[in-house]
Amino acid sequence: MSNDALIRFTGVSHRYDDGSREILSNADFALARGEMAFLTGPSGAGKSTMLKLIARLARPTLGEIIVGGQRLSALRPRQVPAYRRQFGMIFQNFNLLTDRTVFDNVAMPLIIRGHSGDDIARRVRAALDAVSLRGKERHWPQTLSGGEQQRVGIARAVVAKPRLLIADEPTGNLDPEMAQEVMQLFNRFNEVGVSVLVATHGLSLIARLPHRILRLENGLLTQIKASEFDYSDDAGAPNA
Amino acid sequence: MSSARRVGSTPSGFSRWLLDHTRAITATLDQLKRRPFGSLLTAFVIGVTLALPAGLYSVLGSLDAASSGLKGSLRASLFLRDSLDDAAGQALATKLAKRPGVAEARYISRDQALAEFKAHSGFGEALDILDSNPLPAVIVVTPDRKAPKAQASTMLDEMTKLPEVESARLDREWLERLYAILAIVERLVLLIASALAIAVLAVVANTIRLDISARREEIVVLKVIGASNGFIRRPFLYTGLWYGLSGALLACLMVIGAQLALSEPAANLAGLYGVGAGFGALAADTVFAVFATGAALGWLAAFWTVGRHLDGIEPD
Repeated sequence: MSNDALIRFTGVSHRYDDGSREILSNADFALARGEMAFLTGPSGAGKSTMLKLIARLARPTLGEIIVGGQRLSALRPRQVPAYRRQFGMIFQNFNLLTDRTVFDNVAMPLIIRGHSGDDIARRVRAALDAVSLRGKERHWPQTLSGGEQQRVGIARAVVAKPRLLIADEPTGNLDPEMAQEVMQLFNRFNEVGVSVLVATHGLSLIARLPHRILRLENGLLTQIKASEFDYSDDAGAPNA
Repeated sequence: MSSARRVGSTPSGFSRWLLDHTRAITATLDQLKRRPFGSLLTAFVIGVTLALPAGLYSVLGSLDAASSGLKGSLRASLFLRDSLDDAAGQALATKLAKRPGVAEARYISRDQALAEFKAHSGFGEALDILDSNPLPAVIVVTPDRKAPKAQASTMLDEMTKLPEVESARLDREWLERLYAILAIVERLVLLIASALAIAVLAVVANTIRLDISARREEIVVLKVIGASNGFIRRPFLYTGLWYGLSGALLACLMVIGAQLALSEPAANLAGLYGVGAGFGALAADTVFAVFATGAALGWLAAFWTVGRHLDGIEPD
């Protein structure tokens, strides 16, 4: 495992609060700075839970998670918001604020950080440019298509220029063409040095992308090189 | 990421504080404007709740002012001993008039008293059959209107014990009853105000609670993208503050309206008692107290409600 890891899981296990099922069992994994990786596995395998562990939306039952050199178990509750401000998060259901315009949605992370109005305007324009939504600033999210809404979500995630993007099934609600575009967007952000971790079960979408794949099934996390991955198998089992 | 790169110039210290609060103020006012009916309804309920104690307090102030006017009727009639001649009586009146806290000490000789009695009693001819004048000389002492009531009362008490005074009558009982009633009313206003303050707290707290409930998803998203509890709490606190202030404004307008409606009959009543002009304008300190109370209650209710509910809303 690289010492330059941005995310490092060491012996991480996670069980549901009611103790019913172990989602993650003794997982070791690292995502290097500037790396892009996919997290796959069948529905309910725990992909979202793993991202939640990184975002400190859930806490592991066992093991240690270090993100950007920060030991998450040592974070005090009042430090969590500042920790979360260090990465961008993208959701399957977009999670946009429906009573705010596209501009205001994208501006929100900058408002939270206390940026000045001019700086916000400049950065929001740049982020909307990056996701090809320039001109939609005054639109309401619900008037946009699913693909456009997801791009607003991505613009919001990247507007504060985070080093890490975490995406949870970002193409789950999009048609194949739009899903492909979104994946290409992540690829472009990765090309400029942003680390990206995408949870997806859209295997056909990641087939053409040369990134490492993490497969989560029955609580076990396995790491597979893109070249060894069987994209035809829904479960994404490695080639024999 | 602990050494996260700088993402642009962000104001710090007071500038940041000012920017955050300006944004919260603008956003909350904008939000209230977007649902004017609901906002106005809440403000109206708070207004009515604040108007009642404010109005009662204002009436109490007017009664208190009127009772100050009545202080003139707090006076003593000192009936002098028969052995005292007119010159000694006059001298005593002059001496009493010079005492601090005395507005007037008027000497009425026995002859003047008889003449007045004849003129006003209707028994003029009956008195003619008496061999001698039965009426004593009197000194009527009126305290200074500016003197405190208790001090004036003590002073008159002392005068009744002078050796030259045979007996005395103090016209103060009914005034003291009025003061006692005012004290009870004042206490009642305080109790009503306390009960209504709790009502204002409940109204604002419930409105904010519903607001939090309606914006639950938004709060979750904000928490996920790194908003602190302080950032999320701030708009709700301002919303509570605006409800309190707008309620206070409506309360003042209601009290002024009620005063205008009652001013004429109140002035008539005051005229009958000779105690001034009835209701005065709503005093500046009352207006200030209503606004300060409204703002404090609105803010407190919001603070309490947000504190109670915000921690329970966590992204899952």
